[in-house]
Amino acid sequence: MSTTGIENWALDLKDVAQIYPFQGSEGFLFIIGLVTWIGWHIWCAKWETNYHDEKIQQYGSSQNLKDAIDSD
Amino acid sequence: MGNNLDALTTVFTEFYYWITLPLMFLIHVGFCMYEVGASRRRNHMHTLMKNSMIIPLVTVTFYYFGWWLYWAFPNGPFITGGIDFAAGEANTAMSSTMGANLGDRITGVFWAAFLLFSWTAASIVSGSVIERINSGAFWILAVVIGSVAWVIDAAWGWHASGWMVKLWGYHDAYASGVIHAIAGGFALGVLVVLGPRLGKFSQDGKPRDILPHNPWLVCVGLFIIYTGFWGFYVACNVPAISPEGIGGLIKGETWTATTIYLTPTTLGAITFNFLMSLSGGMMMAFMLSKGDAFWTYSGGLAGIITASAGNDLYHPIQAMILGGIGTFIAYKMHFWVERRFKIDDAVGAVAVHGYAGVAGLVLCGFVLWGHPSSVYEGYAAINPLGQIGGAIIMFGVLGFLPGYIIAKILNAFNYLRIPKEIELMGLDFKNNQDQKSAEEDVRQAEKALT
Repeated sequence: MSTTGIENWALDLKDVAQIYPFQGSEGFLFIIGLVTWIGWHIWCAKWETNYHDEKIQQYGSSQNLKDAIDSD
Repeated sequence: MGNNLDALTTVFTEFYYWITLPLMFLIHVGFCMYEVGASRRRNHMHTLMKNSMIIPLVTVTFYYFGWWLYWAFPNGPFITGGIDFAAGEANTAMSSTMGANLGDRITGVFWAAFLLFSWTAASIVSGSVIERINSGAFWILAVVIGSVAWVIDAAWGWHASGWMVKLWGYHDAYASGVIHAIAGGFALGVLVVLGPRLGKFSQDGKPRDILPHNPWLVCVGLFIIYTGFWGFYVACNVPAISPEGIGGLIKGETWTATTIYLTPTTLGAITFNFLMSLSGGMMMAFMLSKGDAFWTYSGGLAGIITASAGNDLYHPIQAMILGGIGTFIAYKMHFWVERRFKIDDAVGAVAVHGYAGVAGLVLCGFVLWGHPSSVYEGYAAINPLGQIGGAIIMFGVLGFLPGYIIAKILNAFNYLRIPKEIELMGLDFKNNQDQKSAEEDVRQAEKALT
């Protein structure tokens, strides 16, 4: 049993097409990849909003903002 | 070159490998940039020189004996046969093929491609030991990893006749183990003996951040390493070969690109997988580090390194997922080992190359289980046990152990680590003082003219 379907290379390469493992699971992989990508954006949006909120709470005083402008 | 097709194939192959060399040269440029960026201002120039001198020292030793080791040691020796003197003969420093020779257009460019892999192995170690190792001691270690240890692992597991490939079905198409795991293991062996930089750990053992003096330079350096990594991937292939040229089981007349093992793949496959594993690694590292630039770039490398063992065959989405998994393991392991064992790996090289490389080898054994490791008869198929055994050999036997033993020997001669006073004043102290003095001299001379 081979995950790629290739058991040995005693083949004519003109008769061989895809050689990646778990052929037939492309749809499942597509969904996993899609969920990963969208999930990443959702995580990012939450994290970035919290990150900015925390920074504003910590450093957002009027004096800090003036100092930040002066130091740039 | 018997006919026009042979001539064209030979010249194309010669040019193919040649074009990978300046690309791979960029890996070294990138390593120097990120290593210097990660060091503090007082150690800049020594850090640069420590890495740069890898180039001449590993080149000379690889020409003298490293290249011969690759061809002479695929059998162990004494595992599947003796030292292969016949194959080694054409690759000694005294061989007529190791120079301008119209009868052999490939040896020179193939030698150089391997040489640049050798620089990379040594350069990976270089970053982890900055700011406290004696440069001379490091250069001895660089020759050991660059011209001996990694070459032996390549003969065993990255050669069409390597004993690990034959007996264990070891598969490592783009060097998760044979470059990265071994270099990470070697660096860890050295670090255990070398110890952390002064001030790295507090009295109660908590690690302090010794921040890079120039994070921007560090990240551009890593970006340039990505670029060079393309050349590395390309150089790991045979670009075009006929079944007759391979001489294995393959039937018919369809030409193909192959891996270093002469197993069929396509340049399209590695292009998909390089980019998708890079992406998986970057996305994972960005999440884990909360957007830290150094770790996000390092995660991209860890992603590629994890998927590299099987990137000749994976589906791109598999490569992306595996890249993410390996990056997760590398990142978590780095901080756990730092806290638990007080290991000061200044650039995370053991994690990004070592742990990700080991993870990549093991994962490959499961995902590619049963795929033939070779086009020749009688070889074991790819399997988890072979890959786990390979990971132990790469990271532990040929990586950690030689690094630890040579570092111990250097330490016994009090040569491994710089004196405490030098570490505190900075390696560049005298250069900086000389520069200030020269500037003052010129300033006084200019004032005298007014």
